[in-house]
Amino acid sequence: MEIVKTDKLVFEYIRRDEDGNVEGINRAVDEVTLGIRQGDFVAILGHNGSGKSTLAKHINALLFPTEGTVWVDGRDTKEEDEIWNIRRSAGMVFQNPDNQIIGQVVEEDVGFGPENMGVPTAEIWERVKESLKAVGMYEFRKYSPNKLSGGQKQRVSIAGVLAMHPKCIVLDEPTAMLDPNGRREVIRAVRALNDVENVTVILITHYMEEIIHADKVFVMDGGRIAMEGTPREIFSQVERLKELRLEAPQATLLAYELQQRGIPLPDGILSIEELVEEILRYRRSLGGKE
Amino acid sequence: MLRDITIGQYYQTESVIHRLDPRVKLAGTLIFILSLFLFDNFWGYLCAAAFLAAMIRLSRVPFRYMIKGMKSILFLLLLTVGFNLFLTPGEALVSVWKLRITREGVALALQMTARLSMLIIGSSIMTLTTTPNNLTDGIEKGLRPLTFLRVPVHEIAMMMSIALRFIPILMEETDKIMKAQTARGADFESGGLFKKAKAMVPLLVPLFISAFRRANDLAMAMEARCYRGGKGRTKMKPLVYKKRDILAYLALFAYLAGSVTVGRVLF
Repeated sequence: MEIVKTDKLVFEYIRRDEDGNVEGINRAVDEVTLGIRQGDFVAILGHNGSGKSTLAKHINALLFPTEGTVWVDGRDTKEEDEIWNIRRSAGMVFQNPDNQIIGQVVEEDVGFGPENMGVPTAEIWERVKESLKAVGMYEFRKYSPNKLSGGQKQRVSIAGVLAMHPKCIVLDEPTAMLDPNGRREVIRAVRALNDVENVTVILITHYMEEIIHADKVFVMDGGRIAMEGTPREIFSQVERLKELRLEAPQATLLAYELQQRGIPLPDGILSIEELVEEILRYRRSLGGKE
Repeated sequence: MLRDITIGQYYQTESVIHRLDPRVKLAGTLIFILSLFLFDNFWGYLCAAAFLAAMIRLSRVPFRYMIKGMKSILFLLLLTVGFNLFLTPGEALVSVWKLRITREGVALALQMTARLSMLIIGSSIMTLTTTPNNLTDGIEKGLRPLTFLRVPVHEIAMMMSIALRFIPILMEETDKIMKAQTARGADFESGGLFKKAKAMVPLLVPLFISAFRRANDLAMAMEARCYRGGKGRTKMKPLVYKKRDILAYLALFAYLAGSVTVGRVLF
């Protein structure tokens, strides 16, 4: 079943001058039609200004389509009575960890969502516990968020969404403000959610390494979907990625360059290990020693 | 320098004071402040100081940590002391040029120092031992009767708690902007008071812009987590008075009655 579906979604930012006259129209999302299956790990990729964040905000009913329709869990986001149900089934994690943590103590922040939903007290505690455990932050439940690292804060934000028991989580560049360690932590937590808790994950990012494990990747450019497929399918088109101002992972790039020089390697190599293996296989085929 | 301010910051540890109902702590702080303004002799302040010392001990917050927060108020304190010391008319003790220090001035200055410093430490005990969310819950529940007068108690409480949460973040930001401007030649250190104050103006503009941006982000994050005001909200930590809270109330009234007797009636 498809948890998120859009049909010819268009969103326009309207710029106005001081008198309120329309100065210009910015089409941030342009006729996007896509479907995301329940339980999938989906990555949406694109450089700055490609419309990926705008698209993400539609899934949480924070923005509403100018034209077209968005369905989340079978509900049309344009229907006002459904907004809260939609936000309940599709949680959202934002870029800046400091600007989305409301509580002064980790556990209070995680409890904020369930509190808003009117969950009974005893169940809130249970949900807070299990969500913090799911992201590996349970030991920090009594800490002040100000004392945590960026990666830890972002994991708390994920726990905060998880405590609302959503069917799907949208992460809008959750690692853009983190150092490499924090990025790894967050991505590991997100993958665990998808694998263990079976939550649908929609990860918006411009880091190529983060999409390697996705079931499906959408690449956006100028508000449109430019490419669509598995990570391997996407990365096998290095030239096309370059056109979209995106850089494939180093291993993929190296494999591509080697291919260009006439070494027969398969398309869409994703990791260093894979590359090493393929090169060794090539050497064996030449009769070389290991 | 700006990070040293601890007012409004929670200090994590386990203590009796930490576990008290926030309503008790709010009432206690009010009673303590009230008592400070009721005394008219030295013994009353001694009482208050003893009470305060006991509370600090019970709260298990290191005294040094509290004092760190006082540094920012030091200027205000010195100013008050100065005004009282030199501008109180009465019997002259020392007289240099146009300045006169009077006996009454010394007494008043000492009284003001005691009052202000205890007031600040007293209220910082509350904020150090109560998480802002908890504090807001206390205000929300304690002031609930006002909702009948259409006072938006929940909204006020929520605004306060968010303001408190963002104090350290904005402080850090100020520090960052200051450093960035210093790196480009801005001078915050030299010159008199007015020059220093003037140098702060270009700091405020970027700070405000970033504060608004943060507010916008936070509002969106709250909406995304289904926040829609106080209606239909449940509590993760509902406030229920326990035995220790009743005991604390009794202790508070005992303190008020005792210290006022000592500080006003007896002597």
